[in-house]
Amino acid sequence: MYRYDSYDQSIVDARVDEFRDQVQRRLAGALTEDQFKPLRLMNGLYLQLHAYMLRVAIPYGTLSAAQMRKLGEIAAKYDKGYGHFTTRQNLQYNWIKLADAPDILAELASVEMHAIQTSGNCIRNISSDQYAGVSADEVADPRPWAELLRQWSSFHPEFTYLPRKFKICVIATEDDRAAMRLHDIGLKLVERDGVIGAEVYAGGGMGRTPMVAPLIRDFVGEDEIISYLEACLRVYNRYGRRDNKYKARIKILVHEIGVEEYKRQVEEEFAHMRTLGLNPPTEELDRIRAFFAAPAYETGLGEDIDRADPAFALWVDRQVAAHKAPGYAIVNISLKPLTGIPGDASAEQIELVAGLAEQYSLDEIRVTHAQNLVLPHVKKADLYAIWQKLDEAGLAEANLDLITDIIACPGLDYCALANARSIPLAQKIAQRFADAERQAELGELKLKISGCINACGHHHAGHIGILGVDRKGVENFQLLLGGSGAEDASLGQITGPGFSEDGVVDAIEKVTDIYLAERTDGERFLDTYRRIGMKPFKEAIYG
Amino acid sequence: MKILTGNDLVSGDVIWWAGDGWSRQVGDSADVGEHGDDLARAEEAALRVVGAYVIDATVTDEGVRPAHIKDRIRALGPTVRPDLNLKPNDADAGNWVI
Repeated sequence: MYRYDSYDQSIVDARVDEFRDQVQRRLAGALTEDQFKPLRLMNGLYLQLHAYMLRVAIPYGTLSAAQMRKLGEIAAKYDKGYGHFTTRQNLQYNWIKLADAPDILAELASVEMHAIQTSGNCIRNISSDQYAGVSADEVADPRPWAELLRQWSSFHPEFTYLPRKFKICVIATEDDRAAMRLHDIGLKLVERDGVIGAEVYAGGGMGRTPMVAPLIRDFVGEDEIISYLEACLRVYNRYGRRDNKYKARIKILVHEIGVEEYKRQVEEEFAHMRTLGLNPPTEELDRIRAFFAAPAYETGLGEDIDRADPAFALWVDRQVAAHKAPGYAIVNISLKPLTGIPGDASAEQIELVAGLAEQYSLDEIRVTHAQNLVLPHVKKADLYAIWQKLDEAGLAEANLDLITDIIACPGLDYCALANARSIPLAQKIAQRFADAERQAELGELKLKISGCINACGHHHAGHIGILGVDRKGVENFQLLLGGSGAEDASLGQITGPGFSEDGVVDAIEKVTDIYLAERTDGERFLDTYRRIGMKPFKEAIYG
Repeated sequence: MKILTGNDLVSGDVIWWAGDGWSRQVGDSADVGEHGDDLARAEEAALRVVGAYVIDATVTDEGVRPAHIKDRIRALGPTVRPDLNLKPNDADAGNWVI
């Protein structure tokens, strides 16, 4: 894992001191809310429906055990005993007191964490693949790239006031586990003639105008990625619309001027940028890369897993993924218990996962955009012990990528922007499909719920997506089918008129019935939908 | 009726104007008539509230009921965490917001 150097630490510490002063001035009346609001947002502090909310950055979703433990301690000490892992691989506290915020940031800084660039029209936290560094088929570990981009984008003076927020994702496998093409810029590491570089995609995103990012460059080397991204951002910063926040994202610019014209302008700017000496020195790239060198895996480990306990065997089949090192496995921890809240974890659960990482996973944890957790370096011989501890803590649900592994934004239960509640609907769907055999029969089925058009719940990218809207003060839910955030990225299509909360659960059941009736061998829900189209589903739903 | 709500500046708690000060209970809300905006400005200037705004509400048998579901959820707390809302012993409290 990357460790702060003295520059990183001093920057974060100084930011805490600065914010402490700003909060004191606000509480003393020296700053009005209009003056203070942009300052608190730059430190991840929002005013939400019930209280202040603090969004903590988890760079590329990677945490050490000490960092995870600190997140749990903060939840217990300053919040109401829990935190919420988000679709941006971050963590949100829902019940923060303004006067406590500087102390919380100081505690975060003590474990090399912060809440910088988790809000505002800047380059946000870089996201990545939760299997980075441990997936057998990756071209290279994407995390050194993500860390390089983190350092480049942190407090970048030119890109602190972009037309709108800007999200970058880096992956390094054909399998896309991070919704790469639904980011403002997505980088996919590839190898060309023995050299590692990145395919660059630009202009993707969800929200009210969802778009899948087109490829804008086939290959950029690591040594020039900063210059190239500077060029991408510079063109966007210059020509992105600032007159209408709903048309201000880069996807609108790329769409309005066209992919070819955007590419032409970027290349022109790139030709200039690459003369300015912005590229990081090789020593710095090597320094960063060294932090992500593969750990010293034990050798000679066995591959066998004792599957005598059927519940454990079920969990292994669903939650454990292949690791590149012999004798090791990747453990996915579900934060989707059937009666729980997607992405929520109690302080005790956070502490438990920190302890498991310390004892069994070489001190490391990952957060996924699907609001689950990962222990990336687990010996197969330790799986049963881990499962037992997870089970005791209510964290052993075996539903990865099944219909109950629902992504849901906080919705109207917490969010000031939401129009409808996402979480109670997620719980009703999970209850309806609670039977494990039924879930397994349905197979991979990614269901995603957003409580408003801003699409934090990724509804456009759900095999089944749900969008909550406000119909004259009453919650109403639109149903979408056919979206994907994976390597086969696509946008879901609305089925027709919306439903009540109970009505949409019934509609989903009809949709799954059609799938089961129409699928051919080996077809996922998404495959069947793409083959037979919307019509049979629509007929079943609306009769 | 018109009632005034916002968040406590220091704690962030949802608060309701009760006529002579702020309350955590929506049931204590006072009708602010046409004076809500002036009151909001004065209370914000006095550092007692942030993000204050006026909403429509009605008086029902169960007390003051904000007109919009968003404000009813603000009044109650998250419907998915009955242990954290204002009626922790009422399992059906979430139905009040619908």
